[in-house]
Amino acid sequence: MLEIRGLRASAGGNEILRGIDLTVNAGEVHAIMGPNGSGKSTLAQVLAGHPAYEVTGGRVSYLGQDLLEMEPEERAQAGVFLAFQYPVEIPGVSNAYFLRAACNEIRKARGLEELDPMDFLDVLEEKLKVVEWGPEIMSRAVNSGFSGGEKKRNEILQMAVLEPRLAVLDETDSGLDIDALRIVAGGVNRLRRPDNATIVVTHYQRLLNYIVPDYVHVLSGGRIVRSGGKELALELEARGYDWVEAPAGVA
Amino acid sequence: MTATWVRRFDATATPDEPEWLRPVRRAAIDRFAGTGFPAPRDEEWRFTPVAAITQAEFEPARPGSRVSRDAIAPFVFGHAEWPLLVFIDGRFDASLSMVPALPGGARAGSLAEAITAGDATLARHLGHHAPVESSGFTALNTAFIQDGAFVHVPAGVELAMPVHLVFVSSGETEGTVAQPRNLIVIEAAARASVVESYVTLAPGRRYFTNAVTEVVSGEGAWTEHTRIQRESDSAYHIGLTHVEQAAGSHYRSFTLAMGGAIARHNLHVRLNAPRIETLLYGLYLTRGDQLVDNHTAIHHDHPDCNSWEVYKGVMAGESRAVFNGKVLVRPEAQKTDAKQTNRNLLLSDGARVHTKPQLEIFADDVKCTHGATVGRLDDVALFYLRSRGIDAATARVLLTYAFAAEVVEEVALEPVRLELERLVRERLGAGD
Ligand SMILES: Nc1ncnc2c1ncn2[C@@H]1O[C@H](COP(=O)(O)OP(=O)(O)OP(=O)(O)O)[C@@H](O)[C@H]1O
Ligand SMILES: [Mg+2]
Repeated sequence: MLEIRGLRASAGGNEILRGIDLTVNAGEVHAIMGPNGSGKSTLAQVLAGHPAYEVTGGRVSYLGQDLLEMEPEERAQAGVFLAFQYPVEIPGVSNAYFLRAACNEIRKARGLEELDPMDFLDVLEEKLKVVEWGPEIMSRAVNSGFSGGEKKRNEILQMAVLEPRLAVLDETDSGLDIDALRIVAGGVNRLRRPDNATIVVTHYQRLLNYIVPDYVHVLSGGRIVRSGGKELALELEARGYDWVEAPAGVA
Repeated sequence: MTATWVRRFDATATPDEPEWLRPVRRAAIDRFAGTGFPAPRDEEWRFTPVAAITQAEFEPARPGSRVSRDAIAPFVFGHAEWPLLVFIDGRFDASLSMVPALPGGARAGSLAEAITAGDATLARHLGHHAPVESSGFTALNTAFIQDGAFVHVPAGVELAMPVHLVFVSSGETEGTVAQPRNLIVIEAAARASVVESYVTLAPGRRYFTNAVTEVVSGEGAWTEHTRIQRESDSAYHIGLTHVEQAAGSHYRSFTLAMGGAIARHNLHVRLNAPRIETLLYGLYLTRGDQLVDNHTAIHHDHPDCNSWEVYKGVMAGESRAVFNGKVLVRPEAQKTDAKQTNRNLLLSDGARVHTKPQLEIFADDVKCTHGATVGRLDDVALFYLRSRGIDAATARVLLTYAFAAEVVEEVALEPVRLELERLVRERLGAGD
């Protein structure tokens, strides 16, 4: 589904990603861990097409298409979804309006009919259950004045509505209380299908008890320095990053 | 041209002009003859190149343009029962208007008719509030007082429905001027909503509207005043709204300015007693090479009054906007709570805005704040929307509309608010 080869990217003149190789197949869950500043969010943002990052090398193929050639909205329409580490506040645009607009853009791209506000409400009612939320949140402006945890939960709600093929969750677990973590992880698991894939960026092995990964990768200094199964996360939890930081032992 | 106007004035004498009006008009033309139009060096008009207006010859629009009901329909909104007063080139048109019997002796009708009828309320107020010293344009309008709207709501009377005043420029001939003059008197503990719309049937026409509206808000009165300026993109529009507020009154204004090659609105509010509330909201949307100028002045002369002002602007193309917000707090106006905000969104490299908060505070126990911002669309928000599948152009419109809509939300009367939202959406190219 996703094939990243030799990906390099920089921002503000600094090279942040220094040659990433990663293959994600349909049905898989990959976890990406790594120290602060190692480039995890940059990788996620580059996949989503953030214009602040300049891709200086390598290629990314997604479902047979050249992802890097696509506009951010085209990527989303093709099924790429990024849950932001820092979800953005959009004052003046209601959550309901925003979600319906996004949902309809993606439906259009998939050749489906657009939903009118009434039909959308029905869809929404189902999706709100995924994050165990009432409808009140929908009339509020997107993320405006939301608590940190509410913003993360709102990302998962968006993901539930947009039904991506490839979801990249950037530290969606950070700042969540135990209940919210369970809800968010439960949401991700409910949305898993054999034909979609998930990349979770996290600092905590805890999340991986809920969302069990097929592969764990360690990103350090803009490279994947180690890959392994879910046991790798436990080992990292116990030993820290020091022992993997040299790129020697790439699996 | 000053001399032309002075000559025209001498031709306006009519035998049936009431005794009280002649001196008001005479004083105004004398003032105008002495000072003329604002000059470019006049600080108050620094960013507004009125030479285009003052150097040109505009002929007073001839009465009697035939305008059909269908032609007016696009500018009428709300409910069919709303009192509707239509003015064609500044003259009241009874056949296009719809004025039902109003409760409690309230009246809405032609100013010219009220002058002829010798109305006592009119005589007491007309021309007594908007000072002819405020500018040559005000003096000129006052000197040529002839027609416009007269709305009078007696003490304690509540108007459930807004009164809609529609000033239509017929655009029948190029280069005409209309000078509507309006008086709105909301007496003690009365409640009313008035909407003024300035519209055109000829979007490309060059003409000039010079409007003055006096508003008198009695003790404990509640007034919502909405002004929609959507003149032709080639027209000139100069307007003054002068408001006098009595104790405990609440006056809220919303101004939408989106028409005109050069459009200027002065909104002056005098808080003449304690415990007054004044809410001024505004939105200006400019494009092409339009210039839209809003000057507001809030005079806090007494203690315990609150004023709250939010003006927002969205500028595209090579357009210009000007915002100047004066807040004057006299030494006796203790416990004044005044807040002013002006926020501007530039959509292009060529657009400009001049914003100038002007707080003059002479009392010490007050809370007065102001803030002015000029910015562009937030790239981060734009990317967030795009990352959800919304294309860049739609995302831009959505964010722009959200910026503008925030201030429209403050309009109290829902049907008026909905119409404003519709106009803003239409103008910004936003869908449903
Ligand atoms: N837009 C940008 N401009 C300049 N530098 C940037 C930009 N984005 C990221 N960086 C830098 O790139 C490096 C990697 O940042 P990134 O956000 O990808 O780290 P991360 O692995 O997600 O860290 P964390 O675990 O703290 O979230 C950091 O040093 C960061 O300061
Ligand atoms: Mg990060």
